[in-house]
Amino acid sequence: MDAGSVNSSPSSSSSTSRYLKSQSRFPLQEQFLQRKKPRENLDRFIPNRSAMDFDYAHYMLTEGRKGKEIPPASSPSREAYRKHLAETFNMNRTRILAFKDKPPASVELFPPHFFSSAPQDKSAKPRRHIPQTSDRTLDAPDIVDDYYLNLLDWGSNNVLAIALGNTVYLWDGSNGSTSELVTIDDEDGPVTSVNWAPDGQHIAIGLNNSEVQLWDSTANRQLRTLRGGHRLRVGSLAWNNHILTTGGMDGLIINNDVRVRSHIVETYRGHEQEVCGLKWSPSGQQLASGGNDNRLFIWDGSMASSNAATQWLHRLEEHTSAVKALAWCPFQSNLLASGGGGDDRSIKFWNTHTGACLNSVDTGSQVCALLWNKNERELLSSHGFSQNQLTLWKYPSMVKMTELTGHTSRVLFMAQSPDGCTVATAAADETLKFWNVFGAPQAARPAPKANPEPFSHITRIR
Amino acid sequence: MASKTVAKDIITLRGSAAIVSEFFGMLFILYNRGVYPEESFVKVKKYGLPMLLTQDEGVKSFIANLNSQLSEWLEAGQLQRIVLVIMSKATNEVLERWNFTIETDSEVVEKGVSREKSDKEIMREIQAIMRQIASSITYLPCLDEACVFDVLAYTDKDVAVPFTWIESDPKLIANPQMVKLHSFDTKIHKIDTLVSYKNDEWDEQ
Repeated sequence: MDAGSVNSSPSSSSSTSRYLKSQSRFPLQEQFLQRKKPRENLDRFIPNRSAMDFDYAHYMLTEGRKGKEIPPASSPSREAYRKHLAETFNMNRTRILAFKDKPPASVELFPPHFFSSAPQDKSAKPRRHIPQTSDRTLDAPDIVDDYYLNLLDWGSNNVLAIALGNTVYLWDGSNGSTSELVTIDDEDGPVTSVNWAPDGQHIAIGLNNSEVQLWDSTANRQLRTLRGGHRLRVGSLAWNNHILTTGGMDGLIINNDVRVRSHIVETYRGHEQEVCGLKWSPSGQQLASGGNDNRLFIWDGSMASSNAATQWLHRLEEHTSAVKALAWCPFQSNLLASGGGGDDRSIKFWNTHTGACLNSVDTGSQVCALLWNKNERELLSSHGFSQNQLTLWKYPSMVKMTELTGHTSRVLFMAQSPDGCTVATAAADETLKFWNVFGAPQAARPAPKANPEPFSHITRIR
Repeated sequence: MASKTVAKDIITLRGSAAIVSEFFGMLFILYNRGVYPEESFVKVKKYGLPMLLTQDEGVKSFIANLNSQLSEWLEAGQLQRIVLVIMSKATNEVLERWNFTIETDSEVVEKGVSREKSDKEIMREIQAIMRQIASSITYLPCLDEACVFDVLAYTDKDVAVPFTWIESDPKLIANPQMVKLHSFDTKIHKIDTLVSYKNDEWDEQ
């Protein structure tokens, strides 16, 4: 601990150490250790200049701040308590695995939700060629270089939406045509988030003036404006059927029922700073939210506002920087990947059922976005300084399969095509690039259907 | 399978794993507790007892797949616990939890030494457990609704999740009754059996 190193420094000889303890040093120290050693916390208000170490004080006032930014992680008592908790609940010592075979009603039934689509054809899986360069590059002028926004989304009907400054553009993936959806007035803009509804027709647009607009992309018509929920800009959006969840700079997460007039049906309070990452799980039961306060929350959609004490299911504080990149695993329920910002640089994996951190990998640079491969057990992450690269990871080994470079500034946003094969990346270098990183569009699809996993046909034991 | 690998009184890791996984593979509890329909079983002699084995091809291949995974974990010493959970089909409420705690002799896994224990002795211990389980019907509450089951495996944290398994919560029973049953020991794997079940409200006045 720091206390030990201070005592052993040459200036504090044994004869003066008593003074030092009682006076100048430990008050400062104590501030950062969060009253860890109450018995050494003696009178701190009697100045004794001869016993003061100004170099040390200066260090603690300037450089020492670095420690202050991460108080939860640096407190040893908290760490010990957390470990103890984890031990008690068996959280980090063991993995609890359930046999996937959840028995439904009949033997022959092949439930649609059953993830037989993920291929595990061990016998013949040729190594996939991953193109090292982008498939195509489009200009994205005036893209707002802001880590906390979400300006790119690829809808289910193969239309990509990107917000550049005050304007939302649509790019049709089937014919490559571009159109302008809307330009927001200067005083309301810029656009801070875009998100397609699951139908691929309606799109939600979050604005700097705290409003959210709903647009019908086929009719090019605005349907309604959601206002009155947030006080500050809306940087993150997530759909769950007819519920549009919005996360704002004010730290609030609001569930809006877009069908009804008084649209605010629920407010989640937990974040103390801007909500920059927001994703519903594929089942629509859990919502993950990440904020600039370094926290990651898991909310239970079905819990509603029943118990007001803690609305959240889990509050995860392991990240040491803003949590923006979030991705739910498509082939394993309850598995969430999250990436931390510039001071954290790690990708962490969570069992959202228990709140246990399953793995953490230091990537060496800011994690801006994460995407799972829908066809393979792979994860793609996009990064900032210094390489501005995309990294493809094998899951769960987290072996780097490849790194794709091409962007010259941080790769802020990623979106996946509906077929899961192409990834669009928008970076602060004002380009939008398309990568065929998740396999060739045709080759990937038929395989999973033809090769269901070994005994998926037995869905029930009776 | 077990008799092939277990020669005389020497027991190897592989043999022990085979015995243990075969023991789990019986899934006897599900028959005893009425989760399976009775007509899909035939009687065979096993562990010196008349045991009921399923004839359903689907269930058989399910057990084979389960067994191969369990053996793999057992041989690597990574399996800490196996839990069979019986749940209400309608509400998903956990009604019974059969808990098999596995202690692995780490020396055997690491150094590959073998231990001495006769096949016969192990079989006798398993037999005792089987008898106990069969008689447990007398005190376990009746399962009068349609039930489904789930297999949970507690493994070491560094184990990669196989394709057919997913992360789960422990599916605990709130305020359960617990009964400890016999254990058996191959000298390499020690299996403790514990059944916990839902408190019957009417009896708890």
